[in-house]
Amino acid sequence: MARTYETNRVYELMFIVRPDMVEEEQDKLISTLESAVSSSGGKVKSMERMGKRRLAYTVRRFHDGIYILLTVEGGGALIHELERRLRVTEPVIKFLTVRIDEEQKRLDKIKKLREARRKPAPAPAETGGETAAVTA
Amino acid sequence: MADEKTATLAPAGHSSGGDRPSGGDRPDRGERRPPRPGGPGGPGGREGGRKYFRRKKVCKFCVEKIEAINYKDVRLLAQFVAESGKIVPRRLTGVCTPHQRRLSCAIKQARNIALLPFAGRAS
Repeated sequence: MARTYETNRVYELMFIVRPDMVEEEQDKLISTLESAVSSSGGKVKSMERMGKRRLAYTVRRFHDGIYILLTVEGGGALIHELERRLRVTEPVIKFLTVRIDEEQKRLDKIKKLREARRKPAPAPAETGGETAAVTA
Repeated sequence: MADEKTATLAPAGHSSGGDRPSGGDRPDRGERRPPRPGGPGGPGGREGGRKYFRRKKVCKFCVEKIEAINYKDVRLLAQFVAESGKIVPRRLTGVCTPHQRRLSCAIKQARNIALLPFAGRAS
């Protein structure tokens, strides 16, 4: 049986870095993570810097933090490895991993249903509108 | 759910009447709270547990067809969080059950990543 299920999972990894971290250090950290992803056969889908934000509560005596969002495609073991790295990295103060492929599947299904429903609707709606305009 | 609670409270009050002075008071005592005719017009859903109709509240997500409730959009989530940081029950916001479940899941994720507080004012 082909192990295709391993690389179908899409995860969203959001982590907070201490606010006094320099841009280059952030890039270094991100590139370390990205190389870890590609070395275990995964794929980085996107990387987004959400900027400095005020934290809702104090984390490790910090009131602000730099949020970074990383979307990764890979298996569970890959996430295990990434989280291990984030745990030992000193500037990272919090992280959260969410699996999003199931949710994405559900959203795509709903979108498809909506598209399919919308296509036959405009045709009778147009004729109905025309007749209404004529009679009114 | 709150309605069921009041219904079961009344018989419980009846049965555990060991220290009741007389049986004649029972109809009044069993009510637990006096019936208020101003229920639908007045508070309109603020107090839970009223047996009367409250005006129909619609689920914001069903109406606006918002399917994805992400933990990242704090502004949307903060509408369903009280000043104390607690998640507002759906009988007050009118959210339907599946959306409330997803909403509370998203709020808990946002709390974990310090986008929303666990307790206290949402900044």
